[in-house]
This record gives sequence, structure tokens and C-alpha cells, in this order.
Amino acid sequence: MMRRCLVVAMAVVIGMSFAAADLFAGEVEVLHWWTSGGEARSVAVLKDLLEKEGHTWKDFAVAGGGGDTAMTVLRSRAVAGNPPTAAQVKGPQIQQWGDEGVLANLSKVAKAEKWDDILPGVVADIMKYKGKFVAVPVNVHRINWMWCNPEVFRKAGAKVPKTWAEFEESAKKIQAAGMIPVAFGGQDWQEATVFESIVIGVGGADFYRKALVEADAKALSSDTMVKVFERFRSIKKYTDKNAPGRDWNLATAMVIKGEAAMQFMGDWAKGEFTAAGKEPGVDYLAMPFPETSQYFLFNVDSFIMFKQKNKGSIEAQDAMARLILQPKFQEVFNINKGSIPVRLGMPRDNFDSPAQRSMSDFVATAASGGLVPSMAHEMAVVPEIRGAIFDVVTNFYNSDMSAKEAARKLASEVQAAR
Amino acid sequence: MALEGSQTQVRLPDRLQVYLPRIVLSPTIAAAVVFIYGFILWTAWISLTNSGLLPRYELAGFIQYTKLFASDRWWVASRNLGIFGGLFVLFCTSLGLLLAILLDQKIRVEGALRTIYLYPMALSFIVTGTAWRWMLNPGLGLERVVRQMGFETFTFDWLVNSKMSIYTVVIAGVWQSTGFVMALFLAGLRSIDDSIIRAAQVDGASLPRIYLRIIIPSMRPVFFSAMIILSHIAIKSFDLVMVLTRGGPGYSSDLPATFMYTFAFTRNRLAFGAASAMMMFMAVMAIIVPYLYSELRVKRDG
Repeated sequence: MMRRCLVVAMAVVIGMSFAAADLFAGEVEVLHWWTSGGEARSVAVLKDLLEKEGHTWKDFAVAGGGGDTAMTVLRSRAVAGNPPTAAQVKGPQIQQWGDEGVLANLSKVAKAEKWDDILPGVVADIMKYKGKFVAVPVNVHRINWMWCNPEVFRKAGAKVPKTWAEFEESAKKIQAAGMIPVAFGGQDWQEATVFESIVIGVGGADFYRKALVEADAKALSSDTMVKVFERFRSIKKYTDKNAPGRDWNLATAMVIKGEAAMQFMGDWAKGEFTAAGKEPGVDYLAMPFPETSQYFLFNVDSFIMFKQKNKGSIEAQDAMARLILQPKFQEVFNINKGSIPVRLGMPRDNFDSPAQRSMSDFVATAASGGLVPSMAHEMAVVPEIRGAIFDVVTNFYNSDMSAKEAARKLASEVQAAR
Repeated sequence: MALEGSQTQVRLPDRLQVYLPRIVLSPTIAAAVVFIYGFILWTAWISLTNSGLLPRYELAGFIQYTKLFASDRWWVASRNLGIFGGLFVLFCTSLGLLLAILLDQKIRVEGALRTIYLYPMALSFIVTGTAWRWMLNPGLGLERVVRQMGFETFTFDWLVNSKMSIYTVVIAGVWQSTGFVMALFLAGLRSIDDSIIRAAQVDGASLPRIYLRIIIPSMRPVFFSAMIILSHIAIKSFDLVMVLTRGGPGYSSDLPATFMYTFAFTRNRLAFGAASAMMMFMAVMAIIVPYLYSELRVKRDG
């Protein structure tokens, strides 16, 4: 009796494990750190689409905003030979992972879905390792935005600046009226965000590419860079004393509450305005950073895909790659996330006005050559060099180093980090 | 048969007595060998390579150390460790001793006071850091409160001043650890033989004199333990800086521990980070080795 029970039980267990193997054949495990409200909802859309096609989605979410923790986990999984299906990795780091020889080849999906036609060339190049797609872009953020509270400008009798001279003039007026001209967050990546907007504003797209994409020593120590540093420092007198260490969303809150007139931050700041129930064009204005309206500093989130062993996983992976660039996911995800679709030629009726402007600028700058990758947001240079630039920029801003010295240091530190 | 049985009955507990401690300890020892000494060696190896994103095992010589010594930021971090470590140990020991002596005066609510002073030790450095970040923030804490009391020109902006930010870390650290040092000293004070003190009192020595000449010198071992514990807290100090100043403004309050984390884990420079970790290891060794040496020598002499 006992024995028979055992046999039956074992048969059931074995049968179930076969069933399980069938069921999990098409599983994707996705490492990401989109864990906050709107972000999590956006990811859920992709999960639903995949599950509709019969695949399973295993969430491997690691909390902690910037993803440092997640990258550490990913590294240990990769060293152990057990990487997830896909991981949120972007910019030149895609190349570094490519060098490790662990990434999948997505050429088949890319060809079938005509990725080379629906993505701007600059973006597609970043997703390729040795000419083959290894990553899928998800969305585009624009970095060089300026978020303004029109009420503060009105009270101070100042106008919303388009050029640097206008910025200085307005900032002085706002300060005289007893308000803070610039809401600033003194963290190295925020300082670098403002810094790179100034680089492109002062030097133009070609200079930006030489300096912050190619990390060319001559450009980094040039007179133009000295001018950039001087302009960067001049912002400091228009910020308040509590700025060091402040989180970006607290700075945004200052603009929302009317304590400060403007903030220089990427378009994720829009999420804060939306959450506070503010209307674009009425309660707040989204303008390009002064003197950068013809440029578009982009930050593209993407998933790198790791090599898979079994057939089911490969199919699920291909399906995930395909679905990410489908118009349906592109629209829902980006409306939730506050970014714009990376896929060109999408209908724009459902997006709000800052996003619509972003979308037309994205297309226009892609044609004019003003579309450049953001250094501060890991799109332009490898983390080693980015870190070296951060160090010099933040040290300059928080000390009394001269602009000349800073430019010289920028070149030497970048050289040392190679 | 019966003889054999009784023999094993005698032997088994004996044997157990010999082997049980070894059996019980062996997993711990194995774990320690692998996870402490093994990984120290691994880190040393990595620091001699060119590892970036993932570890690579081809030796590349001392290039990472050369780069480390050429890095501005590393020297800022080391100098900060000097300032922080020195002041932290100094203030914790002197304030801890002072508190212990005051508490030692047979006052009435000693138990309650001891708990109150010891309490910060129960908090994590994360909590301490957050609380002090609020208190020291010029727009939120101390400076604002004093200004609201009518002192309009009062300024206390160390937290946002890149020249002074490391000292705010000292303040928070001292606040956290003084109570613990006080408890150590209090235990030491209590273990001193009363008859010596009474004899000194009979000879007409004043209380400060008794403390200075008799009690404090006889607590040398306690001083030593306190210093060892405090200096290793200082060297590994990480969470407090991360929360209080985030190494800022700029990287003015960076410490070697935060430096190592930044480079190894956020900048894909594993070997460079490993080199800085090895330098921290050397610093710890420089403290631990003389300590062990003196401890072992004392035992042999005794």
C-alpha cells in the first residue's frame, strides 16, 4: 500500500515537472529597476503583451533608482554563468558587455521588424555590437530641458530666458524680488546634467561630440571648455545655500511650489508636475535649456539581451525584443513614463505638449545633426571616463578652482581613466 | 563482552570531548578561510590585473596602484580618513572617559543615565546620518532655529561647505560611538580595586589626583581596546558618509570605503577599486598587527 502510494506520488511529481518544463519553456527573466509607481505600471504593459503570446515573465526587479545595486547583482550572475534573459543596460556599457561575449544576436528580429528604418541612426548604432543588434531601445528622454514656474517670472517682472544674457538678466530680477532663480540639486550627476547642456550651448554639436563623446584631450582643455566652466560657475550665485546633496525631485518641488523660478533637468521632472496636478503651458513651462533649442541631448533606456541556451527561451526573448518596439507598447509605456517613443513616425495625439515638442525636436535634430548622446546619463562615454568627468565637474563647482585649471584637469583626469 | 562494552562507554565521551569542538568549529573555520582570507587573496589578485566590468585574471603588475597614487580623489579620501579617524578616536575616547568618570560618582539614577548615553549605539549609522543631515542642514536645522531665535547672522553651514563637510561626519560619528566607549570605561573603572583608592584617600590625595595618577593609568588595556575598536570603525566607515553628505559637496567628504565602492561598482573599474581596498587592508593591518603582537607578548610574559 505504502509502496504504491509512493510510486503514484513519484509519477505525479515527474509528470508535473515535465508539465512545468513545457510551461516555462518560454520564460524571460528581466532585470530592471523600474519599481516606482508609473514605472512599474509601464513595465506591466510589456509583461501583459508577452503573456498574451504565451510566454512567462519573471520579474527580477532590484530597487534603488540609479541601478548600481542592480548592476552588481547582474555582474555576479554573469560571472556565475547564469545571466537573466534581459537587463536594463544602456549606452557604451552595451559595448563593454559585448566585449565579454555574453550577448545574444538579435539580427533576425531586427531585420524582420526593420529596426534600421524605424530607429534614428545614432540610436541604432548604440544598440549594435560589431554591426549586430544586441540590445533593444525602449524610450527617449531629453536632457536639455528647463522647467519654469511662469507665476514666479510674472511676479518678478522677468521673462523666460532663451539666451544666456536673458538668463542672467531674469535671474537677477528674480533674486531681487526675493525668490530663488534656480532650483539646484547638488549631486554630481545633476551638476553634470547642467554642465553638458552648457557644453552644447556654448560649443555646439560638433564640439560636444569631440569633447564628451570622443573625450578628445584637445577639446577638453580648449578655450571653449574654459568658457563652459565659467558659465557653469555663474549659475551658482542664483541657487540657494541648501542645494548640496538635494535630490532632483525636491528641486522640482521648489519650482512647483513657486519658491524657485526654474530647474534644469531631464523630462522625468514632468512626472513630478503631473503628479502635483499641474497643467503644462499653464502652471509650468517646459523650454529647452538656454541656447540649446536646436540640440537634443538624448538618454535612451534599453535592454541588453543575453545568450540563451534552450529554444523556448530564445523564442521568448525574440518576442520580447519585437514587442518592445511595437507601436502599442511604445505609446502606452512612454505616456506612463513621461518619455517619448524611440520609434519614429508614431502618432502623437495622446501625448502632452512637452512630449509632442520633444517628438518633433527629436526628428528635426536627427536630420540636422543636433541629436547627441548625453554624457551625464551614460549614453556617450564608458563609466570610467564619465566618472572622471563627474569628479572634475563636481570638484570645480564646489571649490574655488579656476576655470582654466578645471579644463586642464578635465583633460588629464580623462586621460588617466582610460 | 561486558568488558568491551564498559570500555567503549568510557571512551566515547572522551573521544567526543576531543572531537566535538573540532566538529563544531570546522564549518566556521572553513567559512572564515574561504570568505575572509580567500577573498582577501582574490582582491589582491584582482588589484594586480586590468579588470573592468567583470574580473579578468591576467596579471598586469602594479599599474592600478600607480594610478591610485596619481588620483586626486584618492588623496582627498585618505586625508579625510586621517582627519575623521584622528578626531573620531580622540573625541570618542576623551568624551567617553569623561562621561564614565562622571557616572562613576555613585549618582542615583546611574542605570537610567547609562542607558541614555549608550542608546545611540543601538541606532544604525544610517539613522544617525539621516538625523544629523536634517539637523545640520542650514535651511532646516540648527542654523534656522538659532536665526529664528533672533540671532540673524548666525551661520553654521559645515554640511554644505566643502572645506568643512568632513567635520560634520566627525560630529555624527562621535555622537554615535561615545556612549559605547563610556560603557567600556565604566566597566574598567568598576574593576579597579577599591582598597587602592581608599588607601590613597587615607593618604590625603584629592579626587582628581586619584583619577589622574592611579585610576586612569591602570586602565591602559581598556584604552587600548577602545582605540582598536574605534579606529577600525573609522576605517570601514561607509554608511554614515553615504547618508550624511554622500561624499559631497563635490567629493570633499569622500572616505576610502566610499571611494572603493564608487570605483569598483559604479564605474566599472574593478581592479582600481580592488587596489584601494588593498590599501585600506594595509591600514587595518598597520593597527591590528602591533596590537596582536603586544597582546601575545603580554601573555608570554605573564
